[in-house]
Amino acid sequence: MSAADREVILEANDLTREFDGVTVLDRFNFKLHKGEVLGLLGANGAGKTTAMNMLLGLTTPTSGAIRAFGMDFVKHRLEVLKRANFSSAYTSLPSNLLVWQNLTVFAKIYGVPNVKQKITELLELFEIADLRKRVTGQLSAGESTRLNLCKALLNDPELLLLDEPTASLDPDIADKVRKTIRKVQKERGISILYTSHLMKDIEEVCDRVIFLHKGKIVAEGTPEEIVKKSDAASLEEVFIKIARSGEVEAAPASN
Amino acid sequence: MNPRIVSALVLRYLYLYGRTPMRLVELIFWPIVELLIWGYLGMYLQEHAGSKVPTIVGHLLGGIILWDVIFRAQQGVAISFLEDVWTRNLLNVFVAPVRNMEYLTATFIIGFFRILVTVTMLSVISFSSFQFNVFEMNWAIVPFFGNLLVTGWALGMISTALILRWGQAAESLAWAVPFFIQPFTAVVYPVKQITPVWVQWLSLALPSTHVFEGMREVLSEHTFNWSHFYWACGLNVVFLGVAGWIFSSTLNATRKRGLLTKFATQ
Ligand SMILES: Nc1ncnc2c1ncn2[C@@H]1O[C@H](COP(=O)(O)OP(=O)(O)OP(=O)(O)O)[C@@H](O)[C@H]1O
Ligand SMILES: [Mg+2]
Repeated sequence: MSAADREVILEANDLTREFDGVTVLDRFNFKLHKGEVLGLLGANGAGKTTAMNMLLGLTTPTSGAIRAFGMDFVKHRLEVLKRANFSSAYTSLPSNLLVWQNLTVFAKIYGVPNVKQKITELLELFEIADLRKRVTGQLSAGESTRLNLCKALLNDPELLLLDEPTASLDPDIADKVRKTIRKVQKERGISILYTSHLMKDIEEVCDRVIFLHKGKIVAEGTPEEIVKKSDAASLEEVFIKIARSGEVEAAPASN
Repeated sequence: MNPRIVSALVLRYLYLYGRTPMRLVELIFWPIVELLIWGYLGMYLQEHAGSKVPTIVGHLLGGIILWDVIFRAQQGVAISFLEDVWTRNLLNVFVAPVRNMEYLTATFIIGFFRILVTVTMLSVISFSSFQFNVFEMNWAIVPFFGNLLVTGWALGMISTALILRWGQAAESLAWAVPFFIQPFTAVVYPVKQITPVWVQWLSLALPSTHVFEGMREVLSEHTFNWSHFYWACGLNVVFLGVAGWIFSSTLNATRKRGLLTKFATQ
């Protein structure tokens, strides 16, 4: 079954956001299918986080519509959020609580049935079981990134939005986290929207990617397709090309 | 409203207070200082003015203790919100299926706990040091307490809205907001002392003024003034409604400006 036939979990229609007259995201359209990992790529400031914030209801779109699980997102925000979750390396859980306390609070918010068991399971999954009794604010950046991921999986989400979930991880842990995310995602058929600046992440985790440049989609497809189409050696090369010229096709050698 | 979510949010604050008992110091230290100052002043005035003002200590201490109900309730709401800002947790809460009302209710409950701590302690000290027993107010203390609690919640929502609107730079407002109304709400003096006279109308438009007026009547004449009670309740309904509206429309405006995430992650 091809991706296009599968159920659409999240979609944006002409999603647009302006800040002070500047269009940061311009008529953004995409469909995220069930069990698919969609990567959102682009240079700093391309509009990835803005798109994600709108998809989470944190920022109101200037125009356009969002549908999740077949529902209008604005009207059914709470129902959608119950079945979704979010993690970013740039947010954190309350620094003054212990790791287990933070996870317990969010488990209760999401109505997780076996709180203790779930927490143990997730901490073990990300290999941070020994941090259970530590103060959250004292965790290293990489440890707290993994804790955020535990929080994001508490409610067994069907939809996950991950904004640079692997930022600040060392190569070894980044590799483990990527594999863990991929494994859990495959087992449970989770749909994920994923941003990252690590091309390795994207190649390994994403089924399909969208390249954004200054708020516009400039390329879309599987990582291999995009590399092939732009006549580049790697996804990294494509990224740099797009970031500098805004185009996928090889720019004419002018100088 | 889902009680499970409210209790989860309350639990978060209980863990917090359990982990950092230093936070409780502010619930105890300043109120005691204030109580002592007004208590001593009252004793001094009473000695010098003699029988003309026999109940002055009671009026001052009763006013100060009840004022703390407003202040603590307001702080419960505003500080709880700020805790989420300080710890960069706001985003996690906003992407969870939490209704505004559930979030606010949790902060209301925290405000209530904070008041219990402060008021219990102040009552004990005022009785032991100044022989003023808050229960001289009898059962009237319940409606007084209840009304001030609601006024405090309303002020808390307004403070939170100001912080949402102006960001963390407006943090000091979290402490300041109740003091905007303090001079006019007749805490330690009757409304008729307030000048110019037209400001008295403003005073009487605050629900809390009717509580403080009512308290003085109970203490000196032992009568519960129902008219003040009804005014306090009625005005509180209006206050709470307006404050709730201000809070939710500011929250929406913050979403529209795309700033919710900005100060949640900064
Ligand atoms: N609240 C805001 N007010 C004004 N401009 C904003 C606001 N939020 C984002 N922007 C601007 O929108 C643009 C897109 O930002 P966004 O955070 O979406 O980029 P990004 O693709 O996530 O970048 P990065 O890779 O650096 O995380 C940037 O130019 C940013 O300055
Ligand atoms: Mg970003």
